[in-house]
Amino acid sequence: MDNIPLEGLIIDNQQDGLFRVNRQAFTSQEILALEKGRLFERCWIYAGHESEIPNPGDFCTRRVAGRPVILTRGDDGVVRVLLNTCTHRGAFVCREQTGNAKTFQCPYHAWTYNNRGELVGVPGEDAYSAAFDRRERSLARAPRMDSYRGFIFISFNPAVEDLLDYLAGAKEFLDLVCDQSEVSMEIVQGSQLYSIRANWKLLVENSFDGYHALPTHQRYMSFLAEIGGMNMATATRLRGEARNLGNGHAVIEYEPPWGRLVARWAPYFGEAKRAELEALQKRLEERFGAEWAYRVGQTSRNLHIFPNLVINDIMAITVRTFFPVSPDYMEVSAWALAPREESVEDRTLRLDNFLTFLGPGGFATPDDVEMLESCQKGFANREVMWSDISRGMKRAQPGTADELQIRTFWRRWHELITGTPTVQTAGQRAA
Amino acid sequence: MTAAKLVVTRQEIEDFLYEEATLLDEWRLEEWLEFLTEDASYYVPATDLPDGDHRSTLFLISDDPTRLRSRVKQLLGRFAHAENPHSRTRRLISNVRIRGIEGDTIRVTANFVVYRVRQEQVDTYVGRYEHTLVRQKNKLRIRERRAILDLDSLRPQGKVSIIL
Repeated sequence: MDNIPLEGLIIDNQQDGLFRVNRQAFTSQEILALEKGRLFERCWIYAGHESEIPNPGDFCTRRVAGRPVILTRGDDGVVRVLLNTCTHRGAFVCREQTGNAKTFQCPYHAWTYNNRGELVGVPGEDAYSAAFDRRERSLARAPRMDSYRGFIFISFNPAVEDLLDYLAGAKEFLDLVCDQSEVSMEIVQGSQLYSIRANWKLLVENSFDGYHALPTHQRYMSFLAEIGGMNMATATRLRGEARNLGNGHAVIEYEPPWGRLVARWAPYFGEAKRAELEALQKRLEERFGAEWAYRVGQTSRNLHIFPNLVINDIMAITVRTFFPVSPDYMEVSAWALAPREESVEDRTLRLDNFLTFLGPGGFATPDDVEMLESCQKGFANREVMWSDISRGMKRAQPGTADELQIRTFWRRWHELITGTPTVQTAGQRAA
Repeated sequence: MTAAKLVVTRQEIEDFLYEEATLLDEWRLEEWLEFLTEDASYYVPATDLPDGDHRSTLFLISDDPTRLRSRVKQLLGRFAHAENPHSRTRRLISNVRIRGIEGDTIRVTANFVVYRVRQEQVDTYVGRYEHTLVRQKNKLRIRERRAILDLDSLRPQGKVSIIL
């Protein structure tokens, strides 16, 4: 079967209300290569959170967009994302996961960098000619780095628009998450690092797909009902809205069936907590007024920032990023985000809440992993060429179980893969 | 009358852990629950923070008795899609050691390898157990069950939907 041209990978039939994605998008090596060039090297990519490196000298190492990097706060207090490769002959200059250091010394030839990335030590430097300038051999960085409310992004595209412009309508939803704290949000220690034997774009779809909540997560919903975890006012519906936030970002926002530590009570929190959560909600109203406070405290949101950052503010808050290793295998990293000032008791409740659903050992995420892996295996039936993503296409306001949010992702994906802008503009409501 | 000092041998602990492993590999999960106390908890820390405290750091699994029992019920039901049909598992337990006896509690450690087979894919979980056992009515039971993975990540395992 020949590869179809890139323009044909998406059928976006607004007149009839049909949206189809060619499954080669999930299986093709060529398309993955294009994605690496045209998405992951063009856009802003999430690297980490400032709270992970709170003190000067703090660092952690990880892979971002396939590159081994060092997320570090210099002795000047400035956050940098340094590329973890010695500018001499390439070895990792930092081989530890996390820590605090004044310098990074390459074990190969002992070249030494300070924690700002500057080359400060070269054994036998007199061997070099006058043309050798150590100031040109600092640890490299991505051409662009910026952060918003603690979320650090990098880009390998020097000409990428400013981060705030790039975030477009997603900024509002980052605010809804971060306004849960009066101080700041922080990433809780302890990472969930896992993988899925499936194409990375299946996880984009799954992360804000309301339609699968009841069938896929039936066992979680039963558990929630049994332990008194349901907020009965909204037990059986995920009433809410899907929104195109511009630049490929999208969100679903809804009244959830579960409780929220900020600030939606459910019976299993216990009666004592009810008054506490009501007070917390009142405090939000004082700070922000009734409408914003309602959204911050009483709703959940599944937010996707193009291309590969998910922030799901549900029964706890997870920050999730993922990267394709091959068309049928992705690596996922997930963390818990929480108000820094939260009490010890609330932190424990929050983490318990988190683990009942989220993460590879929870009562929900493993079933998502299973579904995505199953889809990827099903793609071996190449004769079934198209996935259907048409739900709600003719509705004036698509809901959480419709698929506008998924189409928003695909339209932007298609724009970047083919190099042709679509008719859609930011915030456009239709379809 | 002086309290009798608790006596336990390594062989007894090994037999206990081997039998527990059999029950888990055979998915006899309701019988497995009888190997735990009523107030037992089950922990699997994050791979990058094996010494974490579940109250303040993120784990992979932190089951109190309620969640633990619900987990068993879910795994024996039809809606735990990640384990429907069940994975095949085979546990290897070794290096069993009694680390201390305080009052009626026995601290034990052991090494484990759990092979999980699912749709022709074999994944390996390797780590150590740090359990707290008690003797209740002449029966050993686990009060705190902790499985600490010696993995840098769940890659390619992807999930811990079995009981480790």
